[in-house]
Amino acid sequence: MVKVKVKEKQNKVFICTGTGCVLSGSEKVKSAFKEEFKKRKISEIDIVQTGCHGFCQQGPIVVIQPEGVFYPTVSAENVSRIVEEHLIGGEVVEDLLYEDSRTGKKISLYKDINFYQKQNRIVLRNCGQINPEEIDDYIESGGYKALEKVLNKMSPEEVVEEVKASGLRGRGGAGFPTGLKWSFAQKAPGAVKYVICNADEGDPGAFMDRSVLEGDPHSVLEGMMIAAYAIGASEGYIYVRAEYPLAVKRLKIAVEHAKKKGFLGKNILGSSFDFEIKMKEGAGAFVCGEETALMASIEGKRGMPRIRPPFPAQSGLWGKPTNINNVETLANIAWIITNGADKFAAIGTEKSKGTKIFAVTGKVKNGGLVEVPMGTTLRKVIFDICGGIKDDKKFKAVQIGGPSGGCLPTEFLDTPIDYESLTQTGAIVGSGGMVVMDESSCVVDLAKYFLTFTQKESCGKCVPCRVGTKRMLEMLERMTKGESDEKELVLLEELARDVKVASLCGLGQTAPNPILTMLEYFQEEFEEHVKEGRCRAGVCSELIAYVIKENVCRGCGVCKKHCPMGAITGEKKQPHEIDVTKCVKCGICMQHCPFDAIYIAK
Amino acid sequence: MCGCACNTKKEDVKVQVDTGRVCELLKKYKGRRGVLVHALQDVQKEFGFLPGEAIGVIADEFDLSLAHVYGVASFYAHFYFTPRGKNIIKVCTGTACHVRGSKIILEGLEEELGIKAGETTDDFEFTLETVSCVGCCALAPVVVVNEEVSREKNPKKIIAILKNKKEENDE
Repeated sequence: MVKVKVKEKQNKVFICTGTGCVLSGSEKVKSAFKEEFKKRKISEIDIVQTGCHGFCQQGPIVVIQPEGVFYPTVSAENVSRIVEEHLIGGEVVEDLLYEDSRTGKKISLYKDINFYQKQNRIVLRNCGQINPEEIDDYIESGGYKALEKVLNKMSPEEVVEEVKASGLRGRGGAGFPTGLKWSFAQKAPGAVKYVICNADEGDPGAFMDRSVLEGDPHSVLEGMMIAAYAIGASEGYIYVRAEYPLAVKRLKIAVEHAKKKGFLGKNILGSSFDFEIKMKEGAGAFVCGEETALMASIEGKRGMPRIRPPFPAQSGLWGKPTNINNVETLANIAWIITNGADKFAAIGTEKSKGTKIFAVTGKVKNGGLVEVPMGTTLRKVIFDICGGIKDDKKFKAVQIGGPSGGCLPTEFLDTPIDYESLTQTGAIVGSGGMVVMDESSCVVDLAKYFLTFTQKESCGKCVPCRVGTKRMLEMLERMTKGESDEKELVLLEELARDVKVASLCGLGQTAPNPILTMLEYFQEEFEEHVKEGRCRAGVCSELIAYVIKENVCRGCGVCKKHCPMGAITGEKKQPHEIDVTKCVKCGICMQHCPFDAIYIAK
Repeated sequence: MCGCACNTKKEDVKVQVDTGRVCELLKKYKGRRGVLVHALQDVQKEFGFLPGEAIGVIADEFDLSLAHVYGVASFYAHFYFTPRGKNIIKVCTGTACHVRGSKIILEGLEEELGIKAGETTDDFEFTLETVSCVGCCALAPVVVVNEEVSREKNPKKIIAILKNKKEENDE
């Protein structure tokens, strides 16, 4: 390995303070650096807190700039060595570096890590690179240049044309062309118009919006400002989930800073453009991610969707023309204006331009946020960038697009990820959640899981969604208990199709997607559940039993001690036994058995 | 039952609602539109839940029907109508957490605390809830303990940490 000789001056310590890294202890690491610097009387090195790097599994992440030396999973104890050996001694601390799981080699530089190397970061351009709580950091990295450009040199019509030409499509799920959406709001008559940023990232398993808001809030504000200028709005709202307290905090700081610098308020940058932004915190309703429901919620009502038309561009918030865009969509805007629509349109496929961020989680080695050009294959994302399946198990399926998306098996790994290709398979790009499953995940259980979610979040306004999801969920519950039959499988599919076409809003229209794709691609597994009462993954607890292998058990009593139900009996040094009538199948005994004597009988 | 020997049942616990305080909280919203959810959030912050009496005051102050205010409040998952515990444990049941076994943690906590998700212990020490996703999917499964996200998977340890904190505070 070539050792990087570190420059002695101008070092900066970048510490990730995104939610993931904070949870792994980055605040302690930050304090440890401060203390170490105090102890050694170092004052010329800055400690910079940054937003999310997207490689949350490796947190807390510390990057030493300007070289970009990447230290993963840093603990407070490691800090003195980094200071001593790297910052003072000028040598990279090799054993603390990231190790490539495939080659076993240590990698020192951020940009050389496979996970980052294969990405194309446009939306995440500043995440992890700047301090999100300092507006000057954003300005130094070229921020607010796009706003300046549109105010000085472009007419609102030209801005809309530029966004249209870029081919950008809504990143919230539906993929509607952004420029076209803007043109509707622009052309709508009315003196009062609104711009709304939809930061109600409700899909379980998707967290790119959270990372962008925490790591680069100004890029979203700048996008909103440009949108407001283009459509002629002077007021904007950000509707953000209350489950993201750090994002809320950083957005508030960003809005304050932008006001002070004159990017918000009256006569922005000396132009005649006025704009202000208000924050609205959600109160815990998934359906509020749907645009008409979101607007009802801002108006202080129940967040229920309504029939469109009229579309928000005609009659939106308080009945005025309104333009709603998702966080990721807005974060693209400044880049497009600065770099030009052509450059953006050169990335991606014919109909899906630019990049998309995916939140890759589940049974994958290197989970996190991955931003890749549209059209990249699933295989590249899962196996190349994210390093494949955890513990080298076998890939079973990937659920794309959260509870509104679909579940795709191995045959589809070479499908390019773009709006059209994914729709053809029955899945959707959606918000970009990607949950990877191995053989130990059960699709029937997952179908039940998603439906439990959508059923709970159904607002109840329309019958197909309210009752349909409930009935489907009951069927799936019976299947996971082995109380169903083949007729019900047919009925489930029929009902799923009905709910899809008859529901009022996106929630109900897409809730059947996971079931329909699973029924199509994993029919065999459903049949096993209903015909044989068998769950091959060993997940559906009613269909399995925990059994102690008599010849392996040494009677150590560990399982007995840990069993919360007192279901295990046996004398010391004698094989133990599980009482099936008491066992709740929590699996704790199997986790604790030191001799692997407990197995799941399917 | 509450912790003392008075045999009070949880349902009987009456919280004294200072209606003057509720009015004070609502003052800044008067005459503004679209503020009902905000007002409810503020009142809940003050009392920890939405007491019936406070909902009545909100309805009066905003000149809305009680049914309307309750209808809006009960629509959103974040509003509570009964007092909650001092410690709030939320098990994330997002997709990534689900696939990595959040169910086992939830069941363990239910077992350990003797309550189901959505309930509060009789001594008002613990409330157990689920949350759909907190966006920490790469670190799944996670549990949110009093607003702090934690990777601790052992239900016994989660509770022990909270109990220890309480003892420290009591001392």
